[in-house]
Amino acid sequence: MDTVPAVGRSHASAPPASPAAAAAAPRQQARPARRLPGWAWLAPAAFFAYAAVFFLVPVGAILVEAFRGDDPTTGDPVWTGANVAAVLRDAYGASLLNSVELSLVTAVLGTVCGLVLAWAISATGSSALGQLVSSAAAVLANFGGLPLAFLFVAAIGNAGVLTGWLAGAGLPLPKNFLYSLPGVAVVYLYFLVPLMVLVITPALEGLKPQWREASDNLGGTVAQYWLHVAGPVLAPSLVGSLALLFCSSFSAYATAAALTNGTLAITPLAIASAVSGNVLVGQENVGYALALAMVVVVVPLTLLYQWTARRTARWLS
Amino acid sequence: MTTTPPAVPGAVPGGAPGAATGSGSAAPVLRASGTGARAARAGVLALAVVYFAGPLLAALWFTVSSRSAPFSLAAYGRVWGAPGLADALGLSLVIAGLTVLLTLVLLVPTALVVHLRLPRLRAAVDVLCLLPLVVPVIVLVVGVRGVLGWGPDQLAGTPFEELLSGVQSGWLPWVLPLEYVVLALPFTYRALDAGLRTSAAATLVEASLSLGASWPVTIWRVVLPTLRTALLNAAFLSFALVLGEFTMASILQYQTFSVWILQFDNTDGQLSVAISLLSLLLTWGLLLLIAVVSRGRTRAPRRDRKA
Repeated sequence: MDTVPAVGRSHASAPPASPAAAAAAPRQQARPARRLPGWAWLAPAAFFAYAAVFFLVPVGAILVEAFRGDDPTTGDPVWTGANVAAVLRDAYGASLLNSVELSLVTAVLGTVCGLVLAWAISATGSSALGQLVSSAAAVLANFGGLPLAFLFVAAIGNAGVLTGWLAGAGLPLPKNFLYSLPGVAVVYLYFLVPLMVLVITPALEGLKPQWREASDNLGGTVAQYWLHVAGPVLAPSLVGSLALLFCSSFSAYATAAALTNGTLAITPLAIASAVSGNVLVGQENVGYALALAMVVVVVPLTLLYQWTARRTARWLS
Repeated sequence: MTTTPPAVPGAVPGGAPGAATGSGSAAPVLRASGTGARAARAGVLALAVVYFAGPLLAALWFTVSSRSAPFSLAAYGRVWGAPGLADALGLSLVIAGLTVLLTLVLLVPTALVVHLRLPRLRAAVDVLCLLPLVVPVIVLVVGVRGVLGWGPDQLAGTPFEELLSGVQSGWLPWVLPLEYVVLALPFTYRALDAGLRTSAAATLVEASLSLGASWPVTIWRVVLPTLRTALLNAAFLSFALVLGEFTMASILQYQTFSVWILQFDNTDGQLSVAISLLSLLLTWGLLLLIAVVSRGRTRAPRRDRKA
């Protein structure tokens, strides 16, 4: 599963609370609160304990283990920076660079294509089309990693249907195209573009008609409207979406693993290979360091997305 | 992070965000006039259809046609006899069921208490429910492996060692449902939270208690029916997530449904493409169904108000 905060919400079907409802809420809550039994706090306590044991502890383990290693001479466990240093060197460094490059290219392409597509879909004003797109995006981005790979193997793999047709038409795909970085990028766009449509549509719809009218009445051209009015309003969402798509692409594992049998030199696959024991002696903990590197890249960017999403929400209400 | 951006549920055109603007008035801004814009729009949509339908149709063609038989549904007929499928699918279904059960048992009381009594905890719960989205699954599973590895190392001879080996062994690897609850948290909690926000749960609970019902009766006969759509959403989202989950299962080396498909791909490519298509379309169909059902339920009162 990839980083897609939007999806759960898209099915949440919560109409935004009106100011009146928001004002009424605290009053409603105040009364039954006294009636809750005293042991009610056990539920949140259990929840926090659960999240701590099954999420915070494993993530904490990464932070610790990334700096642990065996002393080369005595074999005793010691604190060391060697794992983290190894991540930036040689094969691991190259895979990190590949990952960043792949994510950057797919994120930019996904943002641009998704924005254009979102505009085209919003402009038709069809609710059925929107529903179809949002559920398809949810499936592709969250539940489709592996099936997606098979889909593309059947289409543009070496024995794929489209590969055959294209070769017949005199436009042969490069051999093993699908199993290379550009091929994987094509597959990633298949879930990144719908994801972009999903996250940018609310921002597009938040552009108030009054702004367009005001711009027109003041003699603004279409270009001026987009440059001075719509552009600045959309800018934070675009930056946030770019960050989100980057993270989504950077974190994706299943698709690339299935397509390339885990041989593509990108960080998620390097982690899988490292934790399955394919490491040099003395680098047993390099998998943790690689995971730490991913956290360092992904976490700030996802938080940036969350922040911009909240800012955008203000425009919309 | 503390507030759910209200936008996305209405992200879908027509599901319109602001009640103030409404779907009718939001669209015209985007609805560029002139034939040029309309042609551009049509072109964009056509390109999108080709890009998104192309691989689907190609895959469909791949499954029904081969050198020996130009058209045959044999690959779909082979689905049920595939060796190992029943075991893998069975394991995935059991894990999915457990995940849903654990999720509801853990989250429904939490969401309810936070909603009714401890709104100050909401920010903390929101953040915790968001974090699993922030941290990639491949990273989390490395951490889980690390913790499991402490069993024989640091914790040898303590009850924790047995506990840690217990969750990994036997016919049911408990570690998977336990972790899948975490992976599904962002989706399930949001679904429940949205359900609680839109229902008048607080008022209904008050009414039920005032009429002399006990807490268990109130929960069973008032709260749960009120939250039916939200529960359905949460349950389905986590169910679909578990059936499709590949990263954690494959790194921890359990033969779940998705891990089985990949291994089986070497034997019968046509069959794995067929199963992939089926699982994608099934997930999509169910998700659409949920969307339609929940929309029908939230729209109904609005129509009443107008009438």
